[in-house]
Amino acid sequence: MTDHSVIGRTSYYVVAGALAIMFLVPLVWTVVASVSPHGATAQQVGYGLGNYRTLVDYDAGLPRYLWNSAFVSVLTVVFTLTLSILGGYAFGRFRFPGRDALFLLIIAILMVPYVTLLVPLWVLFGEVGLRNSLVGLALVLTLYQLPFAMFMMRISFEAVPRELEESALVDGCGTFGVLRRIMLRSVWPGLITVGLFAFLYAWNDFIAPLFMINDSSRYPLPLAIATLRQQTMGAVDFGATQAGVVVMAIPCLILFLLLQRHYVRGFMSGALKG
Amino acid sequence: MANPVLERSGPETSASPRSSRRPWWRSRAAKGALYASPAALFVLAFFVIPLLLVGQMSASEWPLLRGNQGSNFPDNYADMTDDRLFWPAVRFTLKYTVIVVIALLALAMCMALLVQERRRGVGFFRTAYFLPVALGLASASLLFWGFYSPSIGPVDPILQNLGLIDEPIRWIGTPNMALFSTIVMIVWKFAGFFMLILLVGLQSIPTDVYEAARMDGANRWQTFSRVTLPLLRPSLALCLIISVTGSLLAFDQFFILTNGGPDNSTTTVVMMIYREAFRLFNLGTAAALSIVVLLALLVINVTQFRLLRRDAGE
Repeated sequence: MTDHSVIGRTSYYVVAGALAIMFLVPLVWTVVASVSPHGATAQQVGYGLGNYRTLVDYDAGLPRYLWNSAFVSVLTVVFTLTLSILGGYAFGRFRFPGRDALFLLIIAILMVPYVTLLVPLWVLFGEVGLRNSLVGLALVLTLYQLPFAMFMMRISFEAVPRELEESALVDGCGTFGVLRRIMLRSVWPGLITVGLFAFLYAWNDFIAPLFMINDSSRYPLPLAIATLRQQTMGAVDFGATQAGVVVMAIPCLILFLLLQRHYVRGFMSGALKG
Repeated sequence: MANPVLERSGPETSASPRSSRRPWWRSRAAKGALYASPAALFVLAFFVIPLLLVGQMSASEWPLLRGNQGSNFPDNYADMTDDRLFWPAVRFTLKYTVIVVIALLALAMCMALLVQERRRGVGFFRTAYFLPVALGLASASLLFWGFYSPSIGPVDPILQNLGLIDEPIRWIGTPNMALFSTIVMIVWKFAGFFMLILLVGLQSIPTDVYEAARMDGANRWQTFSRVTLPLLRPSLALCLIISVTGSLLAFDQFFILTNGGPDNSTTTVVMMIYREAFRLFNLGTAAALSIVVLLALLVINVTQFRLLRRDAGE
């Protein structure tokens, strides 16, 4: 359907370009707004980092919230990878009683709305001391990453050629040795995709910490910034909020630009699944 | 998805007569079960047990701070509709879902067609359209909360300078504008996501199908409606199911951007659950609502699957 005429080409670039500008404007605006002078913000005169200073000093402090978010995100990645490497290996390479039922059960997590589980998890975690805990939060986030992670790792393990495994078994490797020495080397693109999605999901999630965390010094960034906008000196602080948006967005955009291929891979597997 | 080659010729089954004497717990099947056991335990503890508990909670009087006060079935389900916000929330959630799904998929389809072919600059356009997807939904909501604000928002000053408006627009000040503004934000945030799924679908359509259509003298619109759309059906179905589910469970965007207002006009069903649990301290009713949402979602998704499959058969 390519149009080779000059008019066709020009109108293509006008439409596509205008759309691109519409998608980029809010992103550019938030960066500019976070350093622009404005009466209602900490950045009163001239361009500068006043809003970021407000953010650093806000309540428990930006470093604390960054740490909380990073800790939860890394822990979610570790949990998700551990479960999905072992599980994916089992589903992709072994046959055992209950295999299909267990896999279906894991995929069924997708069918249950987030909140339906948050209410009972709030009660259960209260019993075992995981409520208001970043470890508990990471466990909840892992649960929702598990269907995608398990699906991804299962197809990754299934795709490893049979010969690689056989030669290692002949060499006297146990099944764990095969996993460690042979398999992990072959499934790493899947691992990066799963890890990337788990990290971004945990970094950005809002509703799980809203339910699970009530001590404001343990808030991850999104919850801290959403709370901040209403609390700074009783007035709304728009500047610091946009500075917070920039701080939250930077790791996401960097990871996206670095790992674009794996991003697309993740969505492709979703598209293939349907 | 099973791997028949592996299962038929696994070393344990083919190797030696020893395997028949080996106890089950040393068999290959046992090892597989062992590797799957962490996931099994995890799913049991954090999925199956909570699911059973929410069922029990929905049938019990369960105040937030005092815990289980015993069964009161079916009071929680009956009381649910007493909340004057319940029906408005249901209506609003459905209305929002219909509008946002149509807007999202229509734009995503146009964008996918726009960036379908390799040509100069198409990589830039794809990245630009997709970039908001990398952001979190809470971040995007906070961004647009500033973007729409009369205090630092850029849109009103620009429109005023152009002489298009006299007074600032109340972007989230009236029920209709709050809905409209939220939909704009959601479309901005997610259109690239659905574009990508549709793009993968478009690229899996073989080019000779288009060749054949051109030979038959089909114009562009005919090619699109008779060739592209039917072949894109699986991708469109996936987009539909993801976007409907996501919209019915909408929370972050309204919680942050409109806080359910003005006058509770943008309160969604999931916000009702949060409200019951942590504002009205009534976990029993919150659990009952959660069960209703779960069942409603199951029914809607099964219906969608059925309809999509039946249409595909025709």
